[in-house]
Amino acid sequence: MAKELIRLEDCVVRFDDEVILDSVNLKINDGEFLTLLGPSGCGKTTTLRIIGGFLEPTSGNVYFDGVRINHIPSHKRKINTIFQRYALFPHLNVFDNIAFGLRVAKVKEDEIDERVAEMLKLVSLRGFEERKITALSGGQQQRVAIARALINKPKVLLLDEPLGALDMRLRKDMQNELKRIQKQLGITFIYVTHDQEEALAMSDTVVVMDKGVIQQIGTPQDVYNEPKNAFVADFIGESNILDGVMLSDKLVLMFGRKFKCVDKGFAANEPVDVVIRPEDVDIVPADSRHLCGTVTGVTFKGLHYDIIVDFYGFKWLIQTTDYHEVGSYIGIDIHPEEIHIMKKSAYSGMFGDYSSYSEEYDEINDPSIVYGEDPGEEEYYES
Amino acid sequence: MRVRGLASPYLAWMSIFIILPLCAVVYYAFTDSVTGEFTLRNIVSIGNYWPILIKSIWLALVSSLICLILGYPVALAIARAKQSRQRFLILLVMLPMSMSFLLRTIAWVSLLEDTGIINNILGKFGISPLPLIRNNGAVVLGMVYNYLPYMILPVYTVLSHIDPSLIEAAKDLGCNRTQVFLKVILPLSVSGIISGVSMVFVPAVSTFYISKKLGGSGTTMIGDVIESQFKTAYNPNLGAAISLVLMVMVFICIGLMERFSGSEEREALM
Ligand SMILES: Nc1ncnc2c1ncn2[C@@H]1O[C@H](COP(=O)(O)OP(=O)(O)OP(=O)(O)O)[C@@H](O)[C@H]1O
Ligand SMILES: [Mg+2]
Repeated sequence: MAKELIRLEDCVVRFDDEVILDSVNLKINDGEFLTLLGPSGCGKTTTLRIIGGFLEPTSGNVYFDGVRINHIPSHKRKINTIFQRYALFPHLNVFDNIAFGLRVAKVKEDEIDERVAEMLKLVSLRGFEERKITALSGGQQQRVAIARALINKPKVLLLDEPLGALDMRLRKDMQNELKRIQKQLGITFIYVTHDQEEALAMSDTVVVMDKGVIQQIGTPQDVYNEPKNAFVADFIGESNILDGVMLSDKLVLMFGRKFKCVDKGFAANEPVDVVIRPEDVDIVPADSRHLCGTVTGVTFKGLHYDIIVDFYGFKWLIQTTDYHEVGSYIGIDIHPEEIHIMKKSAYSGMFGDYSSYSEEYDEINDPSIVYGEDPGEEEYYES
Repeated sequence: MRVRGLASPYLAWMSIFIILPLCAVVYYAFTDSVTGEFTLRNIVSIGNYWPILIKSIWLALVSSLICLILGYPVALAIARAKQSRQRFLILLVMLPMSMSFLLRTIAWVSLLEDTGIINNILGKFGISPLPLIRNNGAVVLGMVYNYLPYMILPVYTVLSHIDPSLIEAAKDLGCNRTQVFLKVILPLSVSGIISGVSMVFVPAVSTFYISKKLGGSGTTMIGDVIESQFKTAYNPNLGAAISLVLMVMVFICIGLMERFSGSEEREALM
């Protein structure tokens, strides 16, 4: 069984009466790769700062290895950080920046030389030793920051969007590299990103946050397949989120039709949110036995087409490898396992409708944009 | 082109009030006071004033150093205060500057005199008057008091622009408070120290009023000599020559300091 290393207990952070973090409870195991995922301003960096020792929670406890560390200053914690804006020392060159932690720890110079060289190789910056920090590109600075933290072989590494400034290719390479280092050295990684793909690909555990509140903690599969509420369903991947009514266990009513599903434990006739992932919908010829709608938009995405289908005024996003013309009338079939039922939450009705999809298109593809605030057009199907 | 046009009033101002007087100084320095002919005599006779010149430089250096030792912690404390508090504290630092320099110096005279306030109070306790005035110490005190804000302000400006995340990074990498200071804050504030030292040193080395009021016969400074050449000895040519030499030396000093500070620190400020 994995051993618990860090625990946040009812941590609240307030700045001038504004609640930034609201009773955060989080357990992090030794050697775990945990990712904090959420839109900008949701409190990811703040959570990291608590763990790193740069911020004391207004209330609540922080434990490291079972010991309360609220008052332990950061230089005494066995934790290193890769800061969101790198925070490299401008008066030192690349070598001296990376060697900084070892010099503070009074490591011998020959060993420092060796370990810095190793790190430079790791982040592909060999030959940059003498470079000034100001003469590096954003991505190079980011890699120096990674090397500067990793060289200390910390027990826990906090990474605040460490790959944000890298291009796609380098980003993928570094993702693999970081993951490999984490496995190899057995370091606990607490990783911050607002890129859900990165979070799903790299983590053992994903923590989805919004507005200072943890929305869901789970494995990447859990948060993708079993989102707890509309926010999580929408933030992670694409989702059609529909209003439904739970008729009985394993039976849900949508669009006046009964659908079999696999969820149970709801009250009879309880209103629920239903999540259907765009890739889980099968397209069939239109007939009376299936829910039918009209295709209103098609976009080629390389591997598949994104098509928008209008069902009684509610627009779905469906991904299919077959081309369907705009205007064609199609039916859909959904397997019971592909229907995911969620309890109603404060986020119900705010997400999951693709009526304004074409306008939103670019935003959806840009992970840096918060679209949590926009409730979208609300169109309900009257049953 | 427009930019140059906008700068022209400033250029005119510069040439009338800075370049022209400089030319006048050079002209006087190399001409004879009676005949008005070209001569090197003024420059040569500065030799007589070497000891005074050296002493002035020495006192100015000591004052700059004391200003640095006193001013740096003050600047650091202000830079670490709350944002809203900082402006008020800076205002406090600048407050004495709004009072006449002469008045401030005279105030010290009445404090330090043998019959002054301090010795009066000491006398009440039966302590005989201390020689607080008319010595090097009093001159240095006067200079430190007058020029301290010129040290605090540039150092504060540099310190307050250091990215707080650099300090966090240093702590993250294992530095305690002393190490954070020595390894990050101090090296990043070198440019502020350099400009603070220059801003204290330059006026201190050429000051004449402070030494006249607070110093004794042995603490005549080069500024006093220059002043007397114009006012009492009626040898403006010699005065100009000394000024010129002093100016050249100050420029060399500043140039050297800039050299040593290197270009790195300036980049660090960006
Ligand atoms: N020192 C501070 N004083 C007041 N408010 C703050 C302070 N630091 C952060 N905040 C606020 O706390 C909230 C959460 O900030 P945080 O930096 O944790 O967000 P984040 O999730 O890291 O966002 P991003 O993805 O943009 O980095 C924000 O609304 C921010 O404005
Ligand atoms: Mg952040």
